[in-house]
Amino acid sequence: MLLNYLKIAWKVLLRHPFYTFITLFGITLTLTVLMVLTSFLDHLFGAHYPEGNRNRSLYITMMMQTDSARESVNTGPYSFQFLKRHAKTLKSAERVSIASMFGFSNSYVGGKRIKLNTKFTDADFWHVTNYKFLEGKPYNDQTIAQGERVVVITDDLKKQYFEESTESVIGKTIEIESITYKVMGVVRGGPPTRVYTYADVFFPYTAPKSNYQNAGMRGGYQAIVLAKTPGDRPEIQAEYDNAIRQIPLPAKENGFTFSVIVAKADTYFDGFLRTFLRSDNEPNRLAFYGIASLVLLMFMGLPAINLVNVNVSRMLERASEIGVRKAFGAPSQTLLGQFIIENIFITFIGGVFALGLSYLIIYYINSSGLIAYADLTINWVVFVTSLGVCLLFGLLSGVLPALKMSRLKIVDALKA
Amino acid sequence: MIHLKNVEKVYRTSSIETLALSNINLHIQKKEFVSIMGPSGCGKSTLLNIMGLLDAPSQGTMELDGNPVNNFQDKALARLRNEKLGFIFQSFHLINDLSVLDNVEIPLLYRRSSARERRLLAQQALEKVGLSNRMSHFPRQLSGGQKQRVAIARAIVGRPEIILADEPTGNLDSAMGNEILSILQQLNSEGATIVMVTHDEAMAKRTHRLVRLFDGSQVL
Ligand SMILES: Nc1ncnc2c1ncn2[C@@H]1O[C@H](COP(=O)(O)OP(=O)(O)OP(=O)(O)O)[C@@H](O)[C@H]1O
Ligand SMILES: [Mg+2]
Repeated sequence: MLLNYLKIAWKVLLRHPFYTFITLFGITLTLTVLMVLTSFLDHLFGAHYPEGNRNRSLYITMMMQTDSARESVNTGPYSFQFLKRHAKTLKSAERVSIASMFGFSNSYVGGKRIKLNTKFTDADFWHVTNYKFLEGKPYNDQTIAQGERVVVITDDLKKQYFEESTESVIGKTIEIESITYKVMGVVRGGPPTRVYTYADVFFPYTAPKSNYQNAGMRGGYQAIVLAKTPGDRPEIQAEYDNAIRQIPLPAKENGFTFSVIVAKADTYFDGFLRTFLRSDNEPNRLAFYGIASLVLLMFMGLPAINLVNVNVSRMLERASEIGVRKAFGAPSQTLLGQFIIENIFITFIGGVFALGLSYLIIYYINSSGLIAYADLTINWVVFVTSLGVCLLFGLLSGVLPALKMSRLKIVDALKA
Repeated sequence: MIHLKNVEKVYRTSSIETLALSNINLHIQKKEFVSIMGPSGCGKSTLLNIMGLLDAPSQGTMELDGNPVNNFQDKALARLRNEKLGFIFQSFHLINDLSVLDNVEIPLLYRRSSARERRLLAQQALEKVGLSNRMSHFPRQLSGGQKQRVAIARAIVGRPEIILADEPTGNLDSAMGNEILSILQQLNSEGATIVMVTHDEAMAKRTHRLVRLFDGSQVL
């Protein structure tokens, strides 16, 4: 019975190549866009290497200083000393790491220049992140205290600097800005889209030019706070807020007197929004969510409306066929069943196409080097959900008119 | 076979009410060949549609084999249409993107029969109307007369007892019309009950009985 329905559905689709193409195109486009988009969002905001702990982390990245008139604003990352005093000491956290934002540097090998992204970190950095050591090991507090000239590098840099050496490079030296460092460890690199952890070479914060001793509140450092569980984070946030409130105000830095400080420990996504919106107001954030979902809805909605449109007009076109079939004994139910099967069928074919297409696009992005170390994946939850959404639209657009049609009086259907 | 009692049909739209049929009493006997005539708009199609269970009367009863069908549900009506009735329309109403054979098979899709059986019956029906050489053509590739013969094949493929034809020759020239009528006469002689709407006195004369309508009422 079902097989028979499918056979007829297949025939109907072949009978109307243009309609089939438009519908398939719509479904495939919607699904592919959704999947690539979510895969991208997941790449940006999900917990992935080397920030696998993102779901139980907080990020202290920006401080905003404002004068009493709220006319001048200074914004930027923190000084190492400030974070050491106010973040490192958070009691409710499991661990706190301080690391610089990534900077730029050069190294030369055989006369060839290698552009480097550098980062100064403490020893806890290697615990809050889950960088995988391919060789050697991370530096620890002792190494840092002794001010040893050591670095951790990525496999990519190893390849470039040591010319595809397959042997271990631990103990070998690397020269950066005319200073010689000993390689302590080699990690598998992460994508540059994870700015708080990305670098090609990692130095202990006591290395030259780290500016870790600078006084003042602002500087070039950020902190990643690891909570024991995701649920512990509000407590940590409150503790940090409280620590910030203890700071005597107004204060002065670089000749700028400010009476308000905004300094927060944010989840990754909230931190992103705060940076993105340059604001700390909750209503603004709501507006952002609102606009974002509206855009997404339109994004999904346009192909969906197209689908509904094509389906409805197609149904109307079939009115006379419905009339004929009913006149020769087709029960309304059977016709309705046929339309439902047709819709589900075409939606699933579209789903298969979309899956293939998304795979290709994601594979291309991952392998093209557009993003170094890109690790986009197909999100199955998203796939199944969007397939469901398509099915819903397909059914709404195909079945509601079909229901109406199948209830249409035969004489009226025949006249159409 | 078909028995209409005090049938009335009113079409209501938001502004106008049209009395398409009033006080129709008609009894069609088994194996009869009845023609219906009358000026345009007098309600002939309406009457035929009610007899064919394509439309319901506003008042009165329609009986098929002694059973009033007024209260039948969609499923039961579909079954009666499928098993007892075969329709032929003036404008053929073939499905354009189905082949001739597939068009003829339609009534068989809604009953228990295998694909082989369907094919065989459809071929036989097409042979009967002299179109066995056009089975894989599409309706667009056929002449009007050929289309109407396909429509007849479709109407008889399920071996219904009653054939209802609404101006089956209205869109054809007289030679073709005559041929169609001959086919219908042949079917009638084989036992089919036929009710045919026509504008052609000559055709009406070749049937057993003539029913005349005027302005929704039976005048003969
Ligand atoms: N769906 C409808 N809604 C409103 N009025 C209708 C409808 N169908 C038919 N009528 C009216 O009912 C009357 C009878 O129509 P019907 O189609 O039965 O006429 P007919 O005798 O078959 O005419 P013709 O010879 O032109 O085919 C006409 O006045 C027509 O306008
Ligand atoms: Mg008519």
